[in-house]
Amino acid sequence: MPLLEVTALSKHYGALRVTDNVSFTLQSGAALGIIGPNGAGKTTLFNLIAGAIQPNAGRIVFEGADISALPSRERCRRGIGRSFQIPHPFVGMTTYENVLIGASYGRGASERASEGRAIEVLSASGLMRKANVLAGNLTLLERKRLELARALATDPKLLLLDEIAGGLTEPECHELVETIRHIRASGVSIIWIEHVVHALLAIVDRIIVINFGQKIAEGEPHRVMASAEVAEIYMGLDGEAA
Amino acid sequence: MSSTSIGLDIKGTAMSSAYAIERSTPTSRVAAIMALVLVAGLIAAPWWAGRANLRLLGEIYTFVALSSLWNLLAGYTGLVSVGQQAFVGLGGYTLFGLTIFTGVPPLVAVALAGVIGGAGALLLAPLLFRLQGAYFAIGTWVAAEVFRLSFAQVAALGGGSGTSLPTAIVVSIAADRSLREGLIYWSALALTLVALGFVIALLRSRTGLALTAIRDSEIASESCGINIAWTKILVYVATAAISTMVGALIFLQKLRISPEAAFSVNDWTAFVIFIVVIGGIGTIEGPLVGTLVFFALRETLANLGTTYLLILGAVAIVVMLKAPKGLWGVVADRFGIALVPIRRQVKTR
Repeated sequence: MPLLEVTALSKHYGALRVTDNVSFTLQSGAALGIIGPNGAGKTTLFNLIAGAIQPNAGRIVFEGADISALPSRERCRRGIGRSFQIPHPFVGMTTYENVLIGASYGRGASERASEGRAIEVLSASGLMRKANVLAGNLTLLERKRLELARALATDPKLLLLDEIAGGLTEPECHELVETIRHIRASGVSIIWIEHVVHALLAIVDRIIVINFGQKIAEGEPHRVMASAEVAEIYMGLDGEAA
Repeated sequence: MSSTSIGLDIKGTAMSSAYAIERSTPTSRVAAIMALVLVAGLIAAPWWAGRANLRLLGEIYTFVALSSLWNLLAGYTGLVSVGQQAFVGLGGYTLFGLTIFTGVPPLVAVALAGVIGGAGALLLAPLLFRLQGAYFAIGTWVAAEVFRLSFAQVAALGGGSGTSLPTAIVVSIAADRSLREGLIYWSALALTLVALGFVIALLRSRTGLALTAIRDSEIASESCGINIAWTKILVYVATAAISTMVGALIFLQKLRISPEAAFSVNDWTAFVIFIVVIGGIGTIEGPLVGTLVFFALRETLANLGTTYLLILGAVAIVVMLKAPKGLWGVVADRFGIALVPIRRQVKTR
């Protein structure tokens, strides 16, 4: 049984088809990359899987259960964690408390039963020294780490990463890739939207290409990257993706 | 940062070194001791304060409670209600109705008012929570007006002109007048401590953390497993229940009720908003500071008539322009102090 099964998923706003008949499956323990130009509908696909928006058609099956109609908090409880492209830290509370929210509400556990996990995830994410800092005062790298840590604290089976490497320096990006590698090694399945392709290639074992809301290619990473469709889509984009 | 060297031990527990979660600070410990001394002094007030001052203190307590509750709604939960007079009035009429028609002792009626207020809020919530922002505010006000017009129809409670609490019921609290006034005073003090305790306990709890999360990012809150609608309704209903008890107590102090007084948007919402805004919205200390400023202004200027209201308005405008976070906000920003610590601090041992 696949971990995630997306079937003929569509979302449109008026005549604009932002997700158009997308289907794919993800096996447990796998890591899938999603690429495509800006505005192709990648984040919309995440919003649909995470439950932030509802599809107009199609089905999302997670661990054999149809979750298409569930609110995002319920999908989180079932094991879908996500990070946001633009970090959404809870700025009015500390880094520790941000992670505590994930550990507690995300797992349906009491605060007392969540403290240990929050501390654990904080140190694993390299944020322990910032535990008592208000999240509003973190740097970009720290905010990205916090996105990851908060999602990880919910104890996900599937982690949705949305352009988490964007805007980082090369060494920072390398550090982040190592962290994600560890997460994957611990058994968490990953779907990762990323423009920083070399970071993506270091982790994923399959890539999907999205353009104008449609899945236009899928397959083994290097083969997909070498394909004519991808070359065409990325023509005119910056060199790192081409 | 040497995070790459740290192995990510997701399921294990060996990672976490010894740590402790703390909240109190030296300032907060001093504040807690001073608060205890203050409360002890206030409990003893019937022995050192005159009848008029006792009355004034009782009134101050009810405003501390109402403004702290409104602050929890507007400042922490994002529910700007201008209809809290619905619950104050409901509380007043519950007191009069229960004591007059069913013979329930007045102080028991105050407690029961909490149940009725909570139930009323639970019935209103499905209607009001369909509305957002300013529409929610208007909706709460409309609901309060419906309450006012409804109670004005109850002829047995004096209809539009209101009624007084029958002497027999008043005397049933305690035959001796000073003992009676003492009991009502202590009830007001106790209820205010309950309201403050509730606000502080809620904000320190996991639910308080969820409220901050919702305020900062709704989409991220939901994706972390927080039920936004349920959290807001919970706060709305609990706040309404306590506000209704406060309302019952207010009219036990006044001994007379009318629809105009019970559901006054001026007395139970406008002044309360004034208090919270000048004191500092979204802080626990703000409503306390605001109440003191409000009563200081009222006690010194009230005999100026409408000029007093003009001055209140001017003070509100100046504070909003010069110190949008309120008077306590200015102090807290400058000295970085919190008398009631909410944030958790991780201490590694």
